[in-house]
Amino acid sequence: MTIHNQISSNKVRTYFIMFFFIAFISFFFYLIGKYFGDSQFYFVFGILFSIMMSFGSYFYSDKIVLAMSGAKPADKKDFFDLYTVTENMAIADGLPMPKVYVIEDPAMNAFATGRDPQHAVVCATTGILEKLNRAELEGVIAHELSHVKNFDIRLMGIVTVLVGTVAFVADWITRSLLWGGDDDNTGGKLGMIFFILFLFITPLIATLIQLAVSRRREYLADASGALLNRNPDALASALEKISGDTLILKTASNATAHLFIENPFKKDKGSKAKSFLAGLFSTHPPVEERIKLLREM
Amino acid sequence: MNITVILIGVLVLFVVYLVATYNGFIVLKARIKEAFSGIDVQLKRRVDLIPNLVETVKGYAKHEKEVFENVTKARSALMNASSNEDKAGANNMLTGALKSLFAIAEAYPDLKASDNFKDLQRQLEDTEDKIAYSRQFLNSNVLDYNTKIQTFPNSLVANMFNFAPESFFAATEEEKKEVKVKFS
Repeated sequence: MTIHNQISSNKVRTYFIMFFFIAFISFFFYLIGKYFGDSQFYFVFGILFSIMMSFGSYFYSDKIVLAMSGAKPADKKDFFDLYTVTENMAIADGLPMPKVYVIEDPAMNAFATGRDPQHAVVCATTGILEKLNRAELEGVIAHELSHVKNFDIRLMGIVTVLVGTVAFVADWITRSLLWGGDDDNTGGKLGMIFFILFLFITPLIATLIQLAVSRRREYLADASGALLNRNPDALASALEKISGDTLILKTASNATAHLFIENPFKKDKGSKAKSFLAGLFSTHPPVEERIKLLREM
Repeated sequence: MNITVILIGVLVLFVVYLVATYNGFIVLKARIKEAFSGIDVQLKRRVDLIPNLVETVKGYAKHEKEVFENVTKARSALMNASSNEDKAGANNMLTGALKSLFAIAEAYPDLKASDNFKDLQRQLEDTEDKIAYSRQFLNSNVLDYNTKIQTFPNSLVANMFNFAPESFFAATEEEKKEVKVKFS
């Protein structure tokens, strides 16, 4: 698979997810409307609402993601290495300079987001900046900029917001099922509708996440990142340091986990990782495998 | 009747191919030009940083006149260079001159400790990185272009419209050797 194939497949998948989201939410509102006896009104409302959400997330997913992870803009003076390394990698890739953000967190991680290379954001934690040397940081940023160039960021940003919404709705349904399950007849009927709906949602969310999360995507970004700074060993040793780090990124959630260079929940197998989405899918290929491939380059 | 249609079809296809290939070359050439101007921006920044650096070092090491002269000479050579070969050559000369400037700085602990010097050194190193990456970007574009105009059947179109191979922006001999391990 070449980079150009990857770019067009990412774009197609993005539109597919937006379409699917609109269909799902409209159907959901239709069912609610049916229960309340005015299905048409609710259906139209659902369509409008989901179209707005889709376009909103297409244009604002970067801002939403940054707000969700508590990132703030980084300037050249205070974050000289991060800023200049990003400049350098953008030069090497012929990309416009992305915006640079940091998350104040001792855990080591980084991600990129935005809808296209002209509106891209690169974000790193203060932990990763402290613990990596300049060459290793260069490897990490080169990896992230490859996600930018391949339009992975657009797909992943949209998935974050839209699948996050669907997951939220699904979560809400489960709760209302538990809460209103043994009510009178009408409550039971509503519960039945939601229960059937819920049966469909889970595998659908699974499919959606799998569309966005692919191991090939990470391997490809590793490889084309190594082509940028001509130093695969630097990224390999950065990944070694990151995977050896036991701290957990506090602001990462199930919806944003797949954005990061390494799974932010990796060490927390007991509790958080077992939660709804993160437990179902491993969002990243095994880091040992990635390091091995990089060392062989 | 049928043969005319086929002939017209072939002709149309040929013209489409010609136009597409020609435009492809033009796009690649434009990208090379843009990459060159990217290098120019960084070279300019390097040139601008040097007077400050020389002044700072002079404050601590007045009598190292020869080194300052070499740096200044190399700097003006780079400023006056117009062709890309000249720029590459002058830039390499400047790298050599700066190396001896930083070598004498080693002998002056006060200078090495000064914030101003440290900041200038950091900025110069960063600019050198940027020159290296701009050059890498340029050279990969030149490689793309040269490969495209020299492979068949594009080479026919290239000859027809006089597209000549572009030259690479050369690295210093020293940078090429950098990968070798030294035992000394």
